[in-house]
Amino acid sequence: MNMTIIISVIAYIILAPIVGGLLAGIDRKISARMQGRVGPSILQPFYDMFKLMEKEAITVNKAQDFYVGCFLFFIIVTGGFFFAGLDLLLVIFTLTLASVFLIVAAFSSNSPYAQIGAERELLQMMAYEPMVLITAAGLYLVTGSFNISDIINPENGMAIKFLPGIFLGFVFILTIKFRKSPFDLSMSHHGHQELVKGLTTEFAGKTMALIEIAHWYENIFLLGIVFLFIANGTVWGAVAAVVVCLVTYFIEILIDNSYARMKWQIAINSSWIVAITLGFINMLVIYFSKFVL
Amino acid sequence: MSTITFLILFPLLSAIALLVLRTDAARGVIVKVSATLIAVASIYLAYQYFGIGEEYFDFANETVNLGMTVIEVLLAIMIIYLGIKYKKYLASVLAAIQTPTMIWFEVKVGHHIHVTNNLYVDRLSIIMVLIIGIIGSIITVYALGYMKDFQHHHKDQPDRRPFFFFIMYLFLGAMCGLVLSNNIVWLYFFWEITTLCSFFLIGYTKTEEAINNSFRALIMNLLGGVGFVIAIVIMGSSLGTLELNQLIMMGMFGVPAVTYVAALLAFAGITKAAQMPFNSWLLGAMVAPTPTSALLHSSTMVKAGVFLIIKLAPLLGWQSLAGIMVMMVGGITFIMASFAAVSQSNAKKVLAYSTVANLGLIVACGGIGTYAAVWAGILLIIFHAITKSLLFLCVGTAEHNIGSRDIEDMDGLFTRMPKLATYMIVGISAMFLAPLGMLVSKWAAMKAFIDNGGVLLVMFIAFGSAATLFYWTKWLGKMVAIMANRENIQSGVNKDENFVLSTLTILTVIVCLIFPLISKTMIVPYLIKAFPYVDPKHMILALSSTNMTIMVIMLFVLIVLPILFFGRTNKKIVPIYLAGANLGDDLTFRGAMEKEVPVSLKNWYMEGYFGEKKMNVIGVIATVVIITGVFAILLGGVL
Repeated sequence: MNMTIIISVIAYIILAPIVGGLLAGIDRKISARMQGRVGPSILQPFYDMFKLMEKEAITVNKAQDFYVGCFLFFIIVTGGFFFAGLDLLLVIFTLTLASVFLIVAAFSSNSPYAQIGAERELLQMMAYEPMVLITAAGLYLVTGSFNISDIINPENGMAIKFLPGIFLGFVFILTIKFRKSPFDLSMSHHGHQELVKGLTTEFAGKTMALIEIAHWYENIFLLGIVFLFIANGTVWGAVAAVVVCLVTYFIEILIDNSYARMKWQIAINSSWIVAITLGFINMLVIYFSKFVL
Repeated sequence: MSTITFLILFPLLSAIALLVLRTDAARGVIVKVSATLIAVASIYLAYQYFGIGEEYFDFANETVNLGMTVIEVLLAIMIIYLGIKYKKYLASVLAAIQTPTMIWFEVKVGHHIHVTNNLYVDRLSIIMVLIIGIIGSIITVYALGYMKDFQHHHKDQPDRRPFFFFIMYLFLGAMCGLVLSNNIVWLYFFWEITTLCSFFLIGYTKTEEAINNSFRALIMNLLGGVGFVIAIVIMGSSLGTLELNQLIMMGMFGVPAVTYVAALLAFAGITKAAQMPFNSWLLGAMVAPTPTSALLHSSTMVKAGVFLIIKLAPLLGWQSLAGIMVMMVGGITFIMASFAAVSQSNAKKVLAYSTVANLGLIVACGGIGTYAAVWAGILLIIFHAITKSLLFLCVGTAEHNIGSRDIEDMDGLFTRMPKLATYMIVGISAMFLAPLGMLVSKWAAMKAFIDNGGVLLVMFIAFGSAATLFYWTKWLGKMVAIMANRENIQSGVNKDENFVLSTLTILTVIVCLIFPLISKTMIVPYLIKAFPYVDPKHMILALSSTNMTIMVIMLFVLIVLPILFFGRTNKKIVPIYLAGANLGDDLTFRGAMEKEVPVSLKNWYMEGYFGEKKMNVIGVIATVVIITGVFAILLGGVL
């Protein structure tokens, strides 16, 4: 048991950036095809990252690199906790800590673009946080445990059977977490936004490369949560879960390419409405069947 | 026993000494010596009863009872007089209802009831005494330097510091009495003293606003006091006891009248803990000098309210109407106050709303009334006391040095006052980030809510937490911003103030590191006694020991990381990107028409979403409906 935990954590630490980077490459390829372009090689994200690494070492202050380093570190820790099968709430709170480090890094520069990006990032966090917590609560209610290793226990079956609303709600806020249009408010992979590079305006070279790597780690971990909804401890369940993860990611790419960016008001309104309707109603049904029936 | 007497009476002696000896030098000595002695005595009490855990004391004394009655009458006369003098007749009316009822009851009924144990110590009261004795007295030390500055800034006002310190120490003594009284009449006596102390502290500056706000606090708390008196009358006449432990025992055996007593006492707790619809008194209290706010918010006053509710928790829960009332009021207060905090830029107001919200969480935990919820509630009390006092005192120091308590004016504090900014960063992080204290207890509360709180409370905590994250992080952002070319003015901070701030910062971190120990040696044994019907072997805490260990390790890492890596970079420092050519100082740029434009950055407040007024109206209406509804049903049961 302990051995498998160690292996899966090590596998995550080594493989997640590779798979995450490839996923980003495939993302760019598919996006390009959707726009009628050929698109770059699927290894392009790695080339970009290596290029960033070789840039001149500059920074706007002495504190920023520390915060960005902590951001990457705690993103890795978040995923590590997740793949070690620990408490889902612990995972969520560690992710929050990591995200706050990123925001703090942007704030520390005292630059207008970075700060507006940071405020928007914060707004996005406020938008998705309720749905994330409701997701954890929902998984706990149907499986009886917050421990990820128990949630995928074969006895519990597929969580999505009881949590269709919460699953849809979670996929909705994934658009924010994957930094996809229409909700790529704080920073964007496309250089066409009004905030220059938003949150990341003042990060350069290696620091920027660290942000990219953290993003890859984070994406894999987020897909891991999607995995939890489907997996039921069997092999076919795991295969189905991976397929659902890929389909979800494809849908996010599709959304990214079919919507223009929206105002921040729409981001928070829609996320909270989704959490109140899909999340709340789903929870109500669970409570009703659990405690009343 | 003697330690208990010391803790109640010694602060009173210090108070009188502070009132009589009026020089700065004498005050400095008395406050420092008394604060040390009280802190040592509270630690000694913890040490004395660490093994025993729980003990009741007879301490029957007719003179004491008589003395308390006389003081109560005198205080009532004073309130009636002040109410008439300042044309706040409601205060006079409430006092005129409350005290005569109490006297009538004591003469008619109370006198004939034999009280076996007047005082007691258990692990919860030890925790409370430690909070009062350490946090409370360290705040009075801070007040020495602060009030000197304050007097300096307000030269036009008469120096009323002797009275200020008199009330502060009286407050500490009354709080100790409150958490150590088993006789409900004694508890009520101390309860009323704390109400009056806060009235005088809030009205300290005697401006029109201060007087209005102090009367608002007085009236709301007297209203709770009326509830308290009715509870005592019902308790004495239909249950035939005046002892808190007897009341709780009877409640567990399902004696029907206990429901009414519990509901009324919980109501008194709700007023004192500044829950909606009564939250406005605590917000009004920020007109007082900052040490007052720190005292009211962390170790005294509001903590008396939540202490009573946590104490009553075994009688609450879904099976009792009182329990449903308490958890709903707490839950609504948590979410509405968290939302309202987003729209505030005044640092003290943000802190006040955050206190109201956190108290809401504690109250809701008490209302749910399971051992897991109470565990979370007690942890919240501990962490909140330390962190909130630290933050209030930081804001006080910032205000005296930069001349503003507005968060927008704290730009570049990290460069101007690096030490103070660091204390604040620790304090703010400790309010909402893993692996620090408040998050740990909120985590436990969340789990208790999901288990036993019902779906509404889960929604409240999910949305409330999101808002909490928002308003703390944006403040944190202001704190970490590094602005070049700012003068360092840290040396202007008074030595005493700096000592207190650094001590509280260290305490914040240490308590986070040792909380698994506190849980194991203090809270869990208390829960085993308080919930005798739960088998200790099956007591599963909200946080498994694995999670607690992980939290502690994470904290170690977070302490080590900055020591190793913060600020260590060999990279070339370049100017930031501005909306035009940066003029080199990172603070101005050349904009359109060759104009030099200064950079000014402001936070988001989202007034349209989280306007203070709107949140208060919604919260007050919802809680008034719940409270009146519950009492209407209870009253319907009687008639």
